[in-house]
Amino acid sequence: MVNKEKSMVIQKEMIANLFKELSTAKETGKKVVYTFVPGNLSELIHAFDMLPVYPEINALQSGMRKKSDSFIKEAEKFGHSEDVCTYVKCDVGMMLKGNIGPTGEKLPPPDLLLLSYTGCFTFMKWFESLEDLYPGVEIAMLHTPYQKDGEITKEMTEYMVRQLKEEVIPKMEKVSGKKYDESKLKLILENSAKTEDLIVKIFDTPKNIPTPIDAYFAGVYYIGPINIGFRGTPEAVEYYNELYKEIKERIKLGLGPITPEGEIKEEQFRLVVEGPPNWTSFREFWKLFYDMGAVIVASSYTKVGGVYDMGFRHNPDKPLESLGEYCMNCYTNLSLPQRIELLEKCIIDYHADGFLVNSIKSCNSFSAGQLLMMRKLEEKLEIPVGFIESDLVDPRYFSYANIKNRLESFFQMLEQRKLININ
Amino acid sequence: MNKYYLGVDLGSTTSKAVIIDEKDNIIGRGITNTRANYKVAADIAKLEAIFDARFNILESKLGSEIKDNPDSKKYINELKSVFKYLQFHKRLISLHTQLKQTISDIFENQKGKTISKHIDEIVNVIEPKIKYEFLTGNLGNKNQFFRDIISEKYNEQVEKLDKEFFESLMSVFDKSITPVENEMVEYDFQELVHDSISILNGKYENLKDKKDEDISLHFDAELNLLTGNINSISDSLKEHIEQIAKMEIHIANMVGTGYGRALLPFAEDCIKSEILCHAFGAHAVFPDTRTVLDIGGQDTKAIQVDSNGLVTSFYMNDRCAAGCGRYLGYVADEFNLSLNEMGPLALNAENEVNICSTCTVFAGAEIRELLNVGQQREDILAGLHRAIVIRAMSLIARSGGVRNEFTFTGGVARNQAVLKYIIEMVKDGYGNDIKINIHTDSIFMGALGGAMFARRNIPVKIPSN
Repeated sequence: MVNKEKSMVIQKEMIANLFKELSTAKETGKKVVYTFVPGNLSELIHAFDMLPVYPEINALQSGMRKKSDSFIKEAEKFGHSEDVCTYVKCDVGMMLKGNIGPTGEKLPPPDLLLLSYTGCFTFMKWFESLEDLYPGVEIAMLHTPYQKDGEITKEMTEYMVRQLKEEVIPKMEKVSGKKYDESKLKLILENSAKTEDLIVKIFDTPKNIPTPIDAYFAGVYYIGPINIGFRGTPEAVEYYNELYKEIKERIKLGLGPITPEGEIKEEQFRLVVEGPPNWTSFREFWKLFYDMGAVIVASSYTKVGGVYDMGFRHNPDKPLESLGEYCMNCYTNLSLPQRIELLEKCIIDYHADGFLVNSIKSCNSFSAGQLLMMRKLEEKLEIPVGFIESDLVDPRYFSYANIKNRLESFFQMLEQRKLININ
Repeated sequence: MNKYYLGVDLGSTTSKAVIIDEKDNIIGRGITNTRANYKVAADIAKLEAIFDARFNILESKLGSEIKDNPDSKKYINELKSVFKYLQFHKRLISLHTQLKQTISDIFENQKGKTISKHIDEIVNVIEPKIKYEFLTGNLGNKNQFFRDIISEKYNEQVEKLDKEFFESLMSVFDKSITPVENEMVEYDFQELVHDSISILNGKYENLKDKKDEDISLHFDAELNLLTGNINSISDSLKEHIEQIAKMEIHIANMVGTGYGRALLPFAEDCIKSEILCHAFGAHAVFPDTRTVLDIGGQDTKAIQVDSNGLVTSFYMNDRCAAGCGRYLGYVADEFNLSLNEMGPLALNAENEVNICSTCTVFAGAEIRELLNVGQQREDILAGLHRAIVIRAMSLIARSGGVRNEFTFTGGVARNQAVLKYIIEMVKDGYGNDIKINIHTDSIFMGALGGAMFARRNIPVKIPSN
């Protein structure tokens, strides 16, 4: 078994503390905001001393802990159809079954449903369902304009700031009973920018050959703190500093990525992956890659909580503007040409041998256009491409044999290509 | 000594084997139905390919001699049929023994005796029938496997008997056929070929004594040529036949592919993905191929290849097998037809019915509904064939569309109605200029690709044009 790195211990503690705080929120009087990862206003929530709950993180945790099956069934009994996003059903089912979170502690009900709409239409329906489960709960909606033409205009930023001022901040003041304190927000944003600098550096380390990290299977752990509400906290800065230090050490020693069965001895294939991983069979899914010596050098999924690669940072000098821009810059809010451009950059910068899509059947907003993106990348970069399908947290939709069969073909295809290139 | 290379494609429905020489020429093909014991299926396919290779080597050795002498060609073809019959016969003996064993396992004495008597009678009736069909060339070429042939004939006989025995006889058969199929029957080529020669010569000796009207019932006029000079032909070929029977077919390397590939007793680096093999095989036969469609038993693959025959991307059906070979098998059962009859019937359609079901199981309900409202069987079948191709076209589109040239492979490529729709829709969707390739060996493309990989000993060496 792998020795736990110091960063892993820090992360574990951070998460445990958060869930402890959540479980005692009623006693301590802390207010609770349910919100989503893409376009999350983590800094604002902290500025009002409130606690965040991320339903899709709870859903993926339930998937990894093999609990999603029964939660989904519960939600289907409640009236959600088989085709509905399985994150939603898993989350609704968890609530119906007592809202016990991933650490086994009970989660508090929401005081505020903060819907930051960044391209996923389901999020709206999700919170409509939650409103039904928690009648009378306060709701704030932030509508993020889609980057149709691939750029953020002045008017779009103004529109975001106006919503923050007129809708989100007043609701937060009402729920928390505290006045908005911009100087406090600025301090938090300073930490956000530091965290973002670090995470960009971390996800840039696969430039090394061999890559010291797997930017997908391990990457989903690395994005944990920044995505579940720690962005802007000193703990997050400490965690990412430590993680970066450890990765630099790996580079120095020429070590490959760590897997549940030790480190990858020989890197065979370097891949860029689009789409979330499957959570219910996460370990088996990962093993299919590392058994073949396949490492993921970049993935779009690790950018759903925020795209920092292209230079965006939270800015203490323009607090509300940068919050607005952050939301508009979310991966889910990017146009297809922007997503292609980002993936292309990853494929080139990280010397990828292949591009793979793991498409999620129950996710219309994220899966739409993936085949088109794949074709464009194939044409432009003449890179071997692969396409597999699975689901987020519904174990019924993870077909191990089918996925294995397709991945084997994909890897053999890459192998052939490599041999041709060598000669 | 010549070196040969073997590719085995263990599919969900059929197992195929191809043997190639050092120039990638196919010299032997073997095919059998896939059964619970994958190893047996692979071994049978391999053995068939080796036998086929011997006959093909014989024919190529005789080359010009055969060309100038139609009698020799006829003789060799007939010899192959008799040879196949003898293989069949050996399995039938084994089935007979198994049937008796099953009876003693499941019935008490008295009933067992009665059932046993019926079994003996059935076997005694069907054995000469099948022999006759093999020897007259009416069966051997249909590509039916032991299970298909024997089931059809057995069922015919059971139908004729008193209904009270129906269930017992069917259950005895069902319990016996699987173990027989799953056991490897060893054949000695030389012995079998000698027996074949004597049966064949016997057949023509008898013919000489028969009157013309009897003969015309059984054999065509061309055959009568042989009746006069059977001995001289047999003698002149004898030495060559002896040679190929003794010849060692040295398999220098082999590669396994298909769904069951991981279960094949091959070394890890001798197991290749069927996607790569199908593409490589299709590309070998048609070097300008850029898009390959393979419709197999349980999956449909749309593959894009480059000028080296290497896969650049592929798309396969996921979760649902509607639109694959098994869909046709299921529909054939619904209509009580054999698979071979489906395509020709569909081609007779006058008003093709629109089938909307994308689910194999629901298609059953849809068929019954359509029959209920008075639709013609041919018209429904045409609609079903069309539905399969529509699904395949969708997979092709997702894999990147049709790029010139387009090659259609897999067992389903033998179905004329599917072919008709494929040609129609490819031309309609991608232009009339697209060259469409279909080869008589389409079902063997995966095995051929495997054999070619074996010859190149990939991953040590790479494919070359």
